[in-house]
Amino acid sequence: MSAINKNSETRKVTIKAFRFNSETDYLPYYKSYEMEVGKDELVLDLMNKIKWEHDGSFSYRRSCRHGICGACAIKVNGKATLACKQNAMELLDLFDNELVLEPSSIKRAVKDMIIDKSDFWAKHATIKPFVVADVEAHPTHETKQSIAEFNNFLDSDLCIQCGACHYSCPALEVNDAFLGPAAFVAAYRFTVDTRDSAGIERLEITSESSQGVWDCVKCFECAEACPKEINPIEKITKLHNLQFEKNVAVSNVATRHAEGFLRGMKKTGYLDEADIVTYSEGYMGMYKHLGTAMKMMKSGKIHWHSGVPFINSIPKIKNLDEVQKLIKISQTNRL
Amino acid sequence: MSQLHYALFTGCTAKQSTPELLSSTLAVAKKLGIEITILEEASCCGASHLQDFDEFLAHVLNARNICYAEKLGLTMITICNTCQLNSAMTKHALDTNSELKARVNEKLAEVGLEYKGTSEIKHFLYAIIEEYGLENVKDKVVVPLSNFNIAPFYGCHNIRPSELHHTSNGGENSYKPTSLDELIVALEGRPVNYASKNKCCGFHVELQANHTSEVLAGNALLDAIDNNADMMVTPCPLCHLKMDTYQDSVGKVMGREIALPVLHMPQMVALALGCSEAEIGLNFHVQKAKQIIKQAVSA
Repeated sequence: MSAINKNSETRKVTIKAFRFNSETDYLPYYKSYEMEVGKDELVLDLMNKIKWEHDGSFSYRRSCRHGICGACAIKVNGKATLACKQNAMELLDLFDNELVLEPSSIKRAVKDMIIDKSDFWAKHATIKPFVVADVEAHPTHETKQSIAEFNNFLDSDLCIQCGACHYSCPALEVNDAFLGPAAFVAAYRFTVDTRDSAGIERLEITSESSQGVWDCVKCFECAEACPKEINPIEKITKLHNLQFEKNVAVSNVATRHAEGFLRGMKKTGYLDEADIVTYSEGYMGMYKHLGTAMKMMKSGKIHWHSGVPFINSIPKIKNLDEVQKLIKISQTNRL
Repeated sequence: MSQLHYALFTGCTAKQSTPELLSSTLAVAKKLGIEITILEEASCCGASHLQDFDEFLAHVLNARNICYAEKLGLTMITICNTCQLNSAMTKHALDTNSELKARVNEKLAEVGLEYKGTSEIKHFLYAIIEEYGLENVKDKVVVPLSNFNIAPFYGCHNIRPSELHHTSNGGENSYKPTSLDELIVALEGRPVNYASKNKCCGFHVELQANHTSEVLAGNALLDAIDNNADMMVTPCPLCHLKMDTYQDSVGKVMGREIALPVLHMPQMVALALGCSEAEIGLNFHVQKAKQIIKQAVSA
């Protein structure tokens, strides 16, 4: 039984941990460990206690203990956690004193909390995570950057490659080709570096379907998971915008889906739900949606005239002219 | 309690494919004595896709929407998680970046508007819970939902990124959200506890990454079904569209038959408050849901 007293300095709790040795175990299992937890203790301290006081075979990665090496990222009750940064009491409060420690990605588990991160590193390398520049062997002056130019990538540069965002990304769980939020942060970081000359190449790599930013599901799990508060999806949005700014974006279902929002908005102020599908897919691609369209029509979700040109099936907002004018004077990107 | 009065940002979906969301929202507000002024001037929020194309333009258009709530001196309420997120992101960007705010206001001045930052933006779910109060909702229940196991599906854009939402969602923790569960309990239903309740439905990549979209929706629907859900309820019409409209194709991808009614949050409340069948609008669902009315009344 856990002692549930939020005011006490220490708390006696039972911590459950994922156990698995890929060399000897057929299936993983969970084991419980009783321990006292102090108010200043970290999740890393709990793992140390399991190893030092209960079972020396319990395995996990750790090194700096200062939130900078990125080795100790795990999941606690599904929450991406950098073990050396996360106070244990906070999590005990949040999860009613029941904590389950698991590796960042169960399907990649090698031993207990240790995972095979090779997919992370391979994807990270794909986007050329370094400044590409012709450097003179004997430069006569330093390469200068303004504070504003530096600030453009400062927060992205704080990435410690812990994999917390990568292994919290549901798109990546379904789609093996997807490069994932950490690789995108690195792609952004070097693309906006004024010393770098491989920006266009990175934008091309990150614009490709399946692997690129257009397969992001917009769940914001990466923003939530990052222990360095980098907000990867913010950088993903910036990469999207850069693709249009630098004319890398080609017309396809994904880019038309983004740009096509303006078609309906210019006409009525609203997104035209039927038009966005036909415009994005093209008339040839529409056959995939006919079954769904029929069902939606049957239940009154759409109408026979939805999406038919020259028939106004959508109400107009008041003061539509304002939206039309604002689009005209504020639009900066083109497809 | 003084009468609550909100400016309602309907979003596009409630005006097109989910009329039942608008009718049930207005019916709930009426039953609870909440006054609603619909922002008929408000345009699309961009749904994160316009933001991908032209972030600055999206800020300008969202700021314009907020201006109309500010003019009324009211809190702007949303009935779509994605409207909530994109409006709140613009508000946050302008309120914390004076240079951006000035650039946006320069454009807005051309149509005689100015963004000030005086209106709060809140999803209707949290307006009901935080401002109307669950105890008060409880008092108005005439059709208890005690016949149902209800799977709450929170929808990403109300709970993540949590720092953005904490001022408007009562500090909901994205890893352990509770608001919808508590609302279900207040209406005397049984909340289903399942791991997918705070996960992604896949809606936003329906067109460009269809397989991903189908699998994410399928994972959530099957998780709810395997935990004995009679229905799912969500505050987001985009989650509703993905999970209700595509059950046939999702089922094919997942290799299992899926048949689970997916209700909008206000539909569930409207049902418990005894609103009319027409207001609840279960006839607009693709996955058959009309039987719920009879099952509820026989409780």
